[in-house]
Amino acid sequence: MITLVDYRAGNLASVRKAFEHLGCETVITEDPDVVRCAHHVVVPGVGHFAATDQLTRAGLRDAVSEAIQQGANFLGICVGMQWMFRDSTEAPGIFGLGLIEGTVERFPAGAKVPHVGWNTLEGRGQSRILRDVPSPSFVYYTHSYRAPLVAETVGVTEYGSSFSGVVEKDNVFGVQFHPEKSGPAGLKILENFAKL
Amino acid sequence: MLTKRIIACLDCNAGRVVKGVQFVNLQDAGDPAELARLHAENGADEIVLLDITATHEARKTLVDTVRRTARELFVPFTVGGGIRSLDDASSIFEAGSDKITINSAAVADPSVITAIANRFGAQAVVLAIDAKRNGSSEHDRAGTTGHTPSVSAEVYVAGGRKPTGLDAIKWAKEVESRGAGEIMLTSMDRDGTRAGFDCELTSAIASVVSIPVIASGGAGSVQHFTEVFRDGQADAALAASIFHFGIESIGELKQQLQAEGIPMRWPI
Repeated sequence: MITLVDYRAGNLASVRKAFEHLGCETVITEDPDVVRCAHHVVVPGVGHFAATDQLTRAGLRDAVSEAIQQGANFLGICVGMQWMFRDSTEAPGIFGLGLIEGTVERFPAGAKVPHVGWNTLEGRGQSRILRDVPSPSFVYYTHSYRAPLVAETVGVTEYGSSFSGVVEKDNVFGVQFHPEKSGPAGLKILENFAKL
Repeated sequence: MLTKRIIACLDCNAGRVVKGVQFVNLQDAGDPAELARLHAENGADEIVLLDITATHEARKTLVDTVRRTARELFVPFTVGGGIRSLDDASSIFEAGSDKITINSAAVADPSVITAIANRFGAQAVVLAIDAKRNGSSEHDRAGTTGHTPSVSAEVYVAGGRKPTGLDAIKWAKEVESRGAGEIMLTSMDRDGTRAGFDCELTSAIASVVSIPVIASGGAGSVQHFTEVFRDGQADAALAASIFHFGIESIGELKQQLQAEGIPMRWPI
């Protein structure tokens, strides 16, 4: 069962559809108790980093943290991935989970923002989430802020400079692009997650 | 490297894909769900479904068509036509679309752009601009001075039937500031002609906004795509008619563009 956390930021229909296509059962929930007991937790998200504050207000932040501590597999997509970091210059004073050190920042001047479209993702080191995903693969991005390269980076994309396309640390995973919209490579990533 | 997108557009009427030539002469071309999937398999980077009738009666048909089309589609999927409010947009998103396009509704009340962007994110709001050049003769252009943009066009709504008096370049800037995530610019002068995109107008708009500009209207050859990416500064190009009847395959188009040095997602 894949538990999709609903915090009123964007549209969960596409992510759910992709997991269902892979034969997974899904539940969309805003109930912290459901999240706390989940084995596979997905936090999607689009738009502004400040939207993640709703997770805190709804009691979902604590629930997600507890689930992760108890060993649940976690996947953050787009802003959901950024939320795994300490914070973002998009919304100073609002803090992410801090599972990974670093601050999410806007693309450097000179790059056209937002970064929208299909870009190449290059694998870096060993990864469970990118297992059997060709390197490079094309994936679909749409965002204005990006996470720096860190020790947990397993997938790199170049736009203006290099940034983290995929991060992985024990049972937590994050993808800046939209795997549910990234054709076969994206579906393979979701399948890898579901099979953990 | 970020690639340029080729977007397959399906013009739909009452749940069937029809081919649009300057908004008239409709011809049945098949099932939208099947065609969308085929286009994606053949290399389309994105699918746009435009409901060109969008009457109240057709509303439910559209939602069903979107649901059916979205089910097996794993590339970005945009739906437009007759979306007037946040509620309309919500029903389309719930049916599985990733983005919506709005045109008439945004002109009538620009706050609808912000309302949809706040709820679903700016990336989900594609502002469609149907534009027709003002003063096409050399005499009219000669009258422009240094600070006046040499390209000017008027925004039309209601499927290209109604002029609004809005300047397309100013409108593009306004919709960006109100939260639109992309602009889909259709040249009404070129639409259906297969004479090539309006590169001048596309470039004029792409240079004043930071959000991506999708060029539409006029595609008839591979060269036209090269021109609109290179000279028109387009981030994506949309075509309906050339794909439906086997004149070009998307894969063939992308291979040729790649050979010309245009970054493409190919092989997929």
